[in-house]
Amino acid sequence: MQEIFNIFIKSIFVDNMVFAYFLGMCSYLAVSKTVKTSVGLGIAVVFVLGITVPVDYLLNEYILKPGAMSWIDPGFKDLDLSFLSFIIFIAVIASMVQLVEMVVEKFSPALYNSLGIFLPLIAVNCAILGGSLFMQQREYQSLGQATAFGLGSGIGWLLAIVAIAAIREKIRYSNVPPALRGIGITFIITGLMGIAFMSFLGIKL
Amino acid sequence: MSTEKKEKEPLFSPANVKLLTKPLNLNNPITVQVLGICSALAVTVKLKPALVMTLAVIAVTGISNLVISLLRNGIPPRIRIIVQLVVIATMVILVDQILKAFVYDVSKQLSVFVGLIITNCIIMGRLEAFAMANKPWPALLDGIGNGLGYGLILITVAFFRELFGSGTLFDYRIVPEAFYNFGYENNGLMILPPMALITVGVIIWVQRYYNRELIENK
Repeated sequence: MQEIFNIFIKSIFVDNMVFAYFLGMCSYLAVSKTVKTSVGLGIAVVFVLGITVPVDYLLNEYILKPGAMSWIDPGFKDLDLSFLSFIIFIAVIASMVQLVEMVVEKFSPALYNSLGIFLPLIAVNCAILGGSLFMQQREYQSLGQATAFGLGSGIGWLLAIVAIAAIREKIRYSNVPPALRGIGITFIITGLMGIAFMSFLGIKL
Repeated sequence: MSTEKKEKEPLFSPANVKLLTKPLNLNNPITVQVLGICSALAVTVKLKPALVMTLAVIAVTGISNLVISLLRNGIPPRIRIIVQLVVIATMVILVDQILKAFVYDVSKQLSVFVGLIITNCIIMGRLEAFAMANKPWPALLDGIGNGLGYGLILITVAFFRELFGSGTLFDYRIVPEAFYNFGYENNGLMILPPMALITVGVIIWVQRYYNRELIENK
């Protein structure tokens, strides 16, 4: 239990998707103009990461890993399908996004209206695929750890996009050098926020 | 279908060359279109991984642009995203296996970022915006051009980060030993992730300063 909580906190602050690995930067830069839309996208990312990472964990554990298929037949113990992981993960993500979209539309039209346009965008958000690939690379030990990592990364991403959106709303009133206006200053602010987030590196978990 | 025969365009007509050169500056995928930053920044600590990443991305953008452009009349619009993803993912698997076979140490350094070429928005963006509507040859050029534009920024960032962060280029020592004896220190901050963002911010600043038409209106 302790371990799971540590992974959760660590993936929010220390290994933050945006500030430590630059994942999901495209939508982070494109959708962070207002706080309202960025909250919508952020929640959608938490949602999808929280589902896809555990699903991909199960697939990796029981199908893709070297020798993972030995639960079917001991003869498969030398079988290594890990070269297929990219295509399987991306297929899971694309179909999960479709599925989530349909479920949300059916059960919560209000949520669907606020998330609606962002859900399809998420299929190509690097943070989602990155979450699954990091999960595979770091070899988490249990489903609980994988879920904690997925949710934590999503929440870290939400935190980052909401923070930058709030700053960008304010910065509209300041006098930025013309050549830096818009995207340039956003990059530099993100860098500065990244330096601030590095203070969490000292946390021993 | 019209029966009139179009005059054949030469392979490197001015319009085609423009496809190759425009992404280098005025339509740069990273600084102007703001695509593909995700995997770009994390590999720029040293020049070598940045160069390998550039070659990988050029190969994937070029070939998948070509393939999608060949298939463009047969892809139903509703499922085009899935088709594009499958084509890209196949290319990336090939690239990943090749890297693992020939440059294993660099492939370890790049870790998940090779896989993340799949969700690199440059590739999806170019497939959507260009390959779906153009002939194979221009599509191939456009793919290579955008890969080059991406690589240009990647290598510039990696150059500054490696020079100031480690005092080396391609792992060869550039800053002479005498400098260190006089108390020169490598700037450790340049190696850390946030400086990649700030370096790109500065590149955008310089680029827009010289190309005023790129400046965004308030």
